[in-house]
Amino acid sequence: MQTISAPLFEGQLIRLTPVDHEADPETVAAWTHNDEFMRLYSPQPVRPLTVEQVKKKFEQIDKEMDEDNNLFHFAIRPHDEQRLIGEARLQWIEWTNGNAWVKLGIPNPQDRHHGYGSEALRLLMRFAFRELNLYRLTISLPEYNARAIAFFEKAGFIVEVRRREAINRMGRRWDLIDMGILLPEWEARHAS
Amino acid sequence: MLHSPETPLLRGKLVRLCAVDAETLSKGFHKWSSNSEYARLLDSGPARPFSQKAIKGFIEKELQKDDPNLFFFAIRTIDGDRLIGETGFDGIRWNQADTFIGIGIGEQEFWGKGYGTEAMQLMLRFAFTEINLHRVSLTVFEYNERAIQSYLKCGFQHEGRWRQYILREGRRWDILEMGILRETWMQAQEMEKNS
Repeated sequence: MQTISAPLFEGQLIRLTPVDHEADPETVAAWTHNDEFMRLYSPQPVRPLTVEQVKKKFEQIDKEMDEDNNLFHFAIRPHDEQRLIGEARLQWIEWTNGNAWVKLGIPNPQDRHHGYGSEALRLLMRFAFRELNLYRLTISLPEYNARAIAFFEKAGFIVEVRRREAINRMGRRWDLIDMGILLPEWEARHAS
Repeated sequence: MLHSPETPLLRGKLVRLCAVDAETLSKGFHKWSSNSEYARLLDSGPARPFSQKAIKGFIEKELQKDDPNLFFFAIRTIDGDRLIGETGFDGIRWNQADTFIGIGIGEQEFWGKGYGTEAMQLMLRFAFTEINLHRVSLTVFEYNERAIQSYLKCGFQHEGRWRQYILREGRRWDILEMGILRETWMQAQEMEKNS
């Protein structure tokens, strides 16, 4: 059992922070131009955005977090730097059943393989299970994102659903994979 | 050719799909939402009775958007023209040609008699031959045996389950994921035609 003083948002390598409405939009606008990342990250059509459009999106995120009470959106930054390297979200939270959907992205290749993503997911899960008191987390991934599927499997997520041919990309059909982790499974692996 | 243009799209033997009229549907939904069993079969959110005014406001707001991507129908009986339920596509992803579908027969005396199954069959024909989707997805709760049987009859296949997703009556229940592909549906139509 951790104590109350154990930090929720600070890891060894990265921290989970709010968005920075001034500095972040430029970085996020650049992400939306990274088509390789965007196709791994979302089933929605790739759509490059201007800095202004991203600023509006950030306002929507604030509004949603405030009014709907079912979203937590974090910016991921290296522990000792201000720069933005990714985002981590718990969304579509259903309080009565204790569920949320996870989104986690580290878009730039130079920020991968440093353990940033693993630590961000570790913090996000601890926040979900030990602060929000949720019971299960779900993530949805296209089958061509094998790296992410392996990443979440390593963290304890189990493949639960295979929605056949739900994605049409690069001229062929791909399955959409849902993975889930339950509180007792997380506790058995991570709660030490 | 599988069907001719004269094959009715919105009409079966038992039911037909109609435009949603805010006044009529809100009356129906107000009544149906007071039936907790129905509410718990339909939605994972808390069951709660809605006032007719609240529902009407919600439906009117939806209809005012005049959204060309909204396909949301009232289900009415052919015999007696009674409003018995509602159905709609939820979250169509046009680039992926995939959608979720929702369906509910609110009038309990019409449960288990093929009305919902036929409404679903009409919706599938609409999905595959009018708006030309590649697949249709749905979720159903593991305690909703009747719905699962109906979906299997329509050609849906099990694709997995979100384990222990719903907490009700002191225990956890899975949500089942089901899907049907256009190709599977077309083959079934051919077989029916040739039998």
